[in-house]
Amino acid sequence: MISYGEHRFPGKLFVVEGTDGSGKSTQLSLLYQWLKAEGYPVFLSEWNSSPLVKDTTKRAKKRRLFTPATFSLLHATDFADRTERDIIPPLKAGAMVLADRYIYTAFARDVARGCDRAWVRDIYRFAVKPTVAFFFRAPLEVAIGRILSGRPELKYYEAGLDMNWSDDPEESFKIFQGKILEEYDRMVDEFGLTVIDATRSIEEQQMEVREIVRRHLEEGTVVAE
Amino acid sequence: MRQMTFYGTPLPGVEQEPFNGKLIVIEGTDGVGRSTQIAILRQWLEARGHAVLDTGMTRSELAGQGIKEAKQGHTLGRLTMQLYYAADFADRLENEMLPALRAGFVVLTDRYIFSAIARAVVRGVDPQWIRRIYDIAIVPDVVIYLRINRAEELVMRLLAAGRKFDYWESGMDLHLGDDFYDSFIAYQTRLLSEFDRMSEEYGFRVVDASRSIRRVAADLRRIVAHVIGEGRDLARRGTLIT
Repeated sequence: MISYGEHRFPGKLFVVEGTDGSGKSTQLSLLYQWLKAEGYPVFLSEWNSSPLVKDTTKRAKKRRLFTPATFSLLHATDFADRTERDIIPPLKAGAMVLADRYIYTAFARDVARGCDRAWVRDIYRFAVKPTVAFFFRAPLEVAIGRILSGRPELKYYEAGLDMNWSDDPEESFKIFQGKILEEYDRMVDEFGLTVIDATRSIEEQQMEVREIVRRHLEEGTVVAE
Repeated sequence: MRQMTFYGTPLPGVEQEPFNGKLIVIEGTDGVGRSTQIAILRQWLEARGHAVLDTGMTRSELAGQGIKEAKQGHTLGRLTMQLYYAADFADRLENEMLPALRAGFVVLTDRYIFSAIARAVVRGVDPQWIRRIYDIAIVPDVVIYLRINRAEELVMRLLAAGRKFDYWESGMDLHLGDDFYDSFIAYQTRLLSEFDRMSEEYGFRVVDASRSIRRVAADLRRIVAHVIGEGRDLARRGTLIT
């Protein structure tokens, strides 16, 4: 089994990370449009999208079957399928792969739910190390404000209600997001995440993202061993 | 009462108080007679007044159905498969086995983490990685390994039971042989040697499963009686009478 950091593929992998409401998906789709327009073969891979696992996850959320351990392992299953199906093959073919959420989402959420930091990291050891992992950092109040104004009701696991921090969904969500943000901040140095200030305008952020991506495209598509 | 001990990192968020129940694992490769033996053992235990829970791989409420469906398409990747099994295991451990152990049940499990480890390793998955995932498993009171010498013996049992070769039991995803028979033999032979390797590492109680059902069952009863302290109770009752 090839470990994190040891994969060598001609393609490039760009991932976006951040708390809910950080604006990362907007940024990723703008990046996608730009790379396509530039003529690159681009492949988009989203969190929780494995056809083999999706129904199980959906059912488990509906029936509230998850514990922190099974939440973690089922999401790892989903991610493994994405890696084996959607990420490694296009990277081998030399394509640009864009991932909306990556292993860092799992690390942040699972540890916030009480899973052991080292255990979760070891489970995901098979993941391909991204060319660049962008972390869209928005202060807690900003991200929470964006989420709460934009949707009618918080979902059970999204709000972290399974953890019994608070009976109030909004309160629970704030506690959960706070813990997640703390974990992201720890990971900036550990994994060399590229921090983008998500309070700036969409255009400014996108310009910075494209500038960074451009530099990696100029390196040429074939990475020497 | 015994302490809850894990192979490594404990299950997150689980109260680690001592429990009264017993965790008995029956391991062995495909077609070795595990389910027959478990049914006999269960009857015997219940006749003696023990509450029994039996569980087994891919029977979880969480992932059982998903795994069955994923296996039908033959597109289940190597790593995805291992993690799916691990999710199934964790669900049964937390939601079936642990509550039963706390309530004082004898838990009989048809396979535990060892079949999952063996299947992963013969598929070329890093042995350390797969063990690390199963760090969250509780160390059982006993692991009984139903051992058979040669894969050819398994084929005869399979056919005698009127069953057909199964894609995954034959390791067809590994392309080890030209047909189901060759692949089955090659795959099961590898599994058997992986089990032998683990036997010492995890301290399996090895039972020769090549013998008659009755004789194997008698061995299992003896081992289980010892684990649940039946032997001692009988001895004590004996001294009362004299």
